[in-house]
Amino acid sequence: MKRHLVSAADLTRDDALLILDTAEELAQLSGRAVKKLPTLRGRTVVNLFFEDSTRTKTSFEVAEKRLSADVINFSAKGSSVSKGESLKDTALTLQAMGADAVVIRHHASGAPARLAQSDWLHGSVINAGDGTHEHPTQALLDAFTMRRHLNAGAGKDLAGRRITIVGDILHSRVARSNVHLLTTLGAQVTFVAPPTLVPIGIENWPCEVSYDLESVLPKTDALMMLRVQRERMNAAFFPTEREYSRRYGLDGARLAQLPEHAIVMHPGPMVRGMEITAEVADSPRCTVVEQVANGVSVRMAVLYLLLGGAVFADGATEPARPEARTDSSEAAL
Amino acid sequence: MVSYLIRNAQILDGAQQDIHIADGLIRAIGTGLDVEADIDIDAHGLIVLPGLVDLHTHLREPGREDAETVLTGTQAAAKGGFTAVHAMANTFPVADTAGVVEQVWRLGQESGYCDVQPVGAVTVGLEGKKLAELGAMHDSAAGVRVFSDDGKCVDDAVIMRRALEYVKAFDGVVAQHAQEPRLTEGAQMNEGQVSGELGLGGWPAVAEEAIIARDVLLAAHVGSRLHVCHVSTAGSVEIIRWAKQKGWNVTAEVTPHHLLLTDELVRSYDPVYKVNPPLRTEADVLALRKALADGTIDAVATDHAPHPAEDKDCEWAVAAMGMVGLETALSVVQQTMVDTGLLKWEGVADRMSHRPARIGRLSGHGRPVSVGEPANLVLFDPAYRGTVNPDSFATRSRNTPYRGLDLPGRVHATFLRGVATVLAGELVERGGLA
Repeated sequence: MKRHLVSAADLTRDDALLILDTAEELAQLSGRAVKKLPTLRGRTVVNLFFEDSTRTKTSFEVAEKRLSADVINFSAKGSSVSKGESLKDTALTLQAMGADAVVIRHHASGAPARLAQSDWLHGSVINAGDGTHEHPTQALLDAFTMRRHLNAGAGKDLAGRRITIVGDILHSRVARSNVHLLTTLGAQVTFVAPPTLVPIGIENWPCEVSYDLESVLPKTDALMMLRVQRERMNAAFFPTEREYSRRYGLDGARLAQLPEHAIVMHPGPMVRGMEITAEVADSPRCTVVEQVANGVSVRMAVLYLLLGGAVFADGATEPARPEARTDSSEAAL
Repeated sequence: MVSYLIRNAQILDGAQQDIHIADGLIRAIGTGLDVEADIDIDAHGLIVLPGLVDLHTHLREPGREDAETVLTGTQAAAKGGFTAVHAMANTFPVADTAGVVEQVWRLGQESGYCDVQPVGAVTVGLEGKKLAELGAMHDSAAGVRVFSDDGKCVDDAVIMRRALEYVKAFDGVVAQHAQEPRLTEGAQMNEGQVSGELGLGGWPAVAEEAIIARDVLLAAHVGSRLHVCHVSTAGSVEIIRWAKQKGWNVTAEVTPHHLLLTDELVRSYDPVYKVNPPLRTEADVLALRKALADGTIDAVATDHAPHPAEDKDCEWAVAAMGMVGLETALSVVQQTMVDTGLLKWEGVADRMSHRPARIGRLSGHGRPVSVGEPANLVLFDPAYRGTVNPDSFATRSRNTPYRGLDLPGRVHATFLRGVATVLAGELVERGGLA
């Protein structure tokens, strides 16, 4: 594996399966009375959030604490960043404080990549969502959830599975990360969106594109609905909320067109009544709550592998300290 | 005044000759000249070009002297072989009055390294709403002939029409930064394959092309001169070609970086590649080279845009747009146009000296290398090979995309009205030899 997790495209099939398999083992922890491992004891992880995010931040924080890392939450609001401090100076500060890993959420595409490529920080950089670019741990938890339902078992991938992702592809970092990861795992991805919400150049992406949801549903194993960002409606991406809902929303009738084994996913937060009806959101085929739980396991796996037990493909110095390695989660499990 | 005898220099694509410079003029050209001179220069292997003229430089003074001053900018110009530069109006305060353009012009005069011809803003404060006092700027000591809101597009069609009409009174030209503002809201790079993958806001080619199409029609309608700044797309080239075929008075420039670099470089998220207009595709680059070669694009202009480190050493989204270019322009043109066989050195002189001087109506620059002409010259070593090291730049800023890159050629000497501003590749102390 690489030292950082900036893009889902950085993951080979073996990397991805290693993360998913590790997450599967770590998931067992959630059923225990004491949900904690000593794996990252003495390691410092900083959650550097330049953009509001409750669920991703909490998910990372839970994952870090379950691995016994020292957690520092650094929020841009009310911090030196709001006083004009640059990303570089923030990073240098965190470096001086001995951060072993930085989990970064940023409103600007490329900020984690910039951090990873710079010499501002020596620790690992984990992208927790950057602008409209990528959200690799979201893709990992999505793949984890799909694998459990569609092809369960260690070492298994998603070969031959057909995944449909519906909605605002243009602005979706979830879609970008998923198309990389899911195709690496052998799945066939189809995007469904109005033409205004399809990125330029998508014909060269490893996926299909359709403007017609109805025609894709019967051939779908997992249907992922994306949040429609209401604030973008003024930019004339589509005429009205009602029209969008009619053409691209998921209701009970459309749910019925899916194969029986198919699941419905959503990265959250859901806008009920627009991209998904309450009836569908609350159906047993909707995995939204399960995705949240899986997010913790996957993020634990990423942190464990980057900080505790991975061999880096770039030959970089292994960051794990010997005492941390003897506390490996394999032994604990 | 110091006199020079340049021995065995190749004048453009011609034969080797000696050139005698004295009292600011080229006094003699010939083989084995037998004249006395204060300084002899062995120019074997060097090419003599007329001093380069840049239609598009940002000198940042007044207001952003931390990025560049007129002095450091003109020193950089001299090191790049330029003897005249047009200083863009987006300073603080904006160069939209006679007072500011005169200030910039006088600072250029005092620098002694390069003539500075201020560009006046088209509209007050570059706000696109009200015409600036174009006539007063022309009538000032600076004698402004080129007007531009560069950095911003004059997007209001009526304001653009009026500006084009108004400057006819003093043979002015409006230099348009063609960027339809609504189509480029949130834009951070070229709209295309790479922007889609990186999730960066796209700057579509049509946002440039739509404005150029409108403006050439407006210029034709009012019978005025239009100059298109930093053309970056193949589609823009086609529109300009069409306008020229119609016989309309339209000229255009291209930057060295748009002749060499593509948007694939943005995959690094390194803000050194963030520029406006953005780096485009390889197909655009090839079209621009071809258009420069066939004369559809008239001039190479640097769009030298110095920024201090803090404005570039940051994440892509907040980084300033622009790159420095004065000191590398001729090398990039050699690599992209001469070494590829698209232009001969005569063509380089035409696109980097003669035509830009004509567009800016600079009578003392862009002249032929002939006896009796002002000695605005550059001696260039096309055989030189070296790695770009920004630490050796004269410009105050270091935001070059060429750091560590091997580029051909090197300016050996530059002469401004018969005075060397650069010798052996190094700046000459101002006034020391004058």
